[in-house]
Amino acid sequence: MSGELWKLTAHEAHERMRGREFSATELTQAVLARVEDVEPSVRAYVTVTASLALEQAREADAKFAAGTATPLTGIPVAVKDLIVTKGVRTTAGSRILENFVPPYDSHVYEQLRRAGAVMIGKANMDEFAMGSSTEHSAFGPTHNPWGLDLVPGGSSGGSAAAVAAGECLGALGSDTGGSIRQPAALCGVVGLDPTYGRVSRFGIIAFGSSLDQVGPIGRDVEDVATMLDCIAGHDPRDSTSNPEPHPDFRNYLGRDIRGTRIGVPKEYFVEGMEPGVRARIEEALALLEGLGCSIDRELSLPSTEHALAVYYIIAPCEASANLARYDGVKYGYSDRSGPTMWQNMEQTRAFGFGPEVKRRIMLGTYALSAGYYDAFYLKAQKVRTLINREFEAAFQKYDVLVTPTSPTVAFPIGAKLDDPLAMYLNDVYTIPASVAGLPSVSVPCGLSEGLPVGLQIIGNFWGEGRILGVADAFEKAVGWANRVAGL
Amino acid sequence: MALTTDDVLHIARLARISLTDSEVGRLTQQLSDILGHFAALAAAPTDGVEPTAHPLPLSNVMRADEVAPSLPRTAVLANAPRHEDGLFRVRAVLE
Repeated sequence: MSGELWKLTAHEAHERMRGREFSATELTQAVLARVEDVEPSVRAYVTVTASLALEQAREADAKFAAGTATPLTGIPVAVKDLIVTKGVRTTAGSRILENFVPPYDSHVYEQLRRAGAVMIGKANMDEFAMGSSTEHSAFGPTHNPWGLDLVPGGSSGGSAAAVAAGECLGALGSDTGGSIRQPAALCGVVGLDPTYGRVSRFGIIAFGSSLDQVGPIGRDVEDVATMLDCIAGHDPRDSTSNPEPHPDFRNYLGRDIRGTRIGVPKEYFVEGMEPGVRARIEEALALLEGLGCSIDRELSLPSTEHALAVYYIIAPCEASANLARYDGVKYGYSDRSGPTMWQNMEQTRAFGFGPEVKRRIMLGTYALSAGYYDAFYLKAQKVRTLINREFEAAFQKYDVLVTPTSPTVAFPIGAKLDDPLAMYLNDVYTIPASVAGLPSVSVPCGLSEGLPVGLQIIGNFWGEGRILGVADAFEKAVGWANRVAGL
Repeated sequence: MALTTDDVLHIARLARISLTDSEVGRLTQQLSDILGHFAALAAAPTDGVEPTAHPLPLSNVMRADEVAPSLPRTAVLANAPRHEDGLFRVRAVLE
């Protein structure tokens, strides 16, 4: 049996398991062996669940034998460590949840298990998904498989790095302001942030509740479409979950995209973008034009300049409320050394939260406090309306919008750790679609200085199929699918 | 947008986070920088614009009022730092 099964895409692995070329158990063993080889240098996982994975692989083999296998049956996946898994420690990258063992499963994990996917482990992340580099994990940073002294992006850096390093065939991440798309771009893989409401948030440890969405990261667009098919759909346990049935996203792949109207917003091509990133994006736009799309570069979305501030006010405000639950009483780390309940709570949170989480809670608490609410939170919510209106008008004229995913390629570990504002600017291209709740996908478009660059395709509400179709046609034309990093 | 040490201590109290002196110093500087950067937001034209709390036009999603099982008490208390007689144990709330 080939020792390099971990290099396959999920759909290739599925076809070959259906053809009885190898079993789900053999595939899982190959991936676990790869994890053993590279995990000491990549550190994509907080927890590797090897024995559980082998047990799930045996169940998958039974499904193949019974003829009930579906596209994700037996596919080894990584699950971001804020997606709760019954009986498997779930930390959200935080010391405050270091020993938290959830008593129930999240909706998305239930869906993966129903499909017969195999969980290899829980992927590392910035604490409570607050960060763009995975350096803000209480369990240490993840390293980019394309350069081990570089960050993988974040917050879903463990998920993206695991996919890029062959430590799984696909992964789930979560995106609040770019946390799937930016690490996917920096690790040279495909990542999709669905329309807000497309995927249930039941059992997702909350950060910014009006922004958080779970989405897939994969080696190619087809794998991402397959995983989205699995996790999307109505769940009454999340009141924001869309009750309408979703289409089969794979039906949008392999289509002719001639005539697609692409808008390229001017405001995304200003200062701060690396020349190498700009060059790849220009080539990508030319390639899309060659595929018969119309490219309009006159589109202006003037409120884009305010999106970063809007996001970094609204998300911390929501976080400051969501993270009030970590009080050392119900679960998680608890410091009972002081004589009063309030001291216990303040000491618990002082030790349990890392510097970035404290910074965001403080920022959100300030922006919501008496005297500042109108100037910050309410103002940000009003500008959010302006951003939404501009997108709404743009989608009257265009089918999709195309931008870079990130202004830079992967940067050195430590380079921005002490400069929060510089770190926040990593999300400048991903935040506007998040603020509006729109779906967007990052697909690799080549290398700059030997490191991957991502192209972002933004769609209208519930338009995942359309952006996947464009991403798929682009991926085939650029010839970049499934490049495993040369560790 | 300059915050003072007292502002930071006040917010920390509201957020129930105890901070060391060096954290107070660092946060005073960092929060001032971040909020200063966001001051440009004031220039956005929002007269008569309604705020958006949420990307979807949803309100009052209801379910049928039917009794359904919830998690067993033992499962819920399994992660509790302290519990007693089936209840979470904390220090006295009232003096």
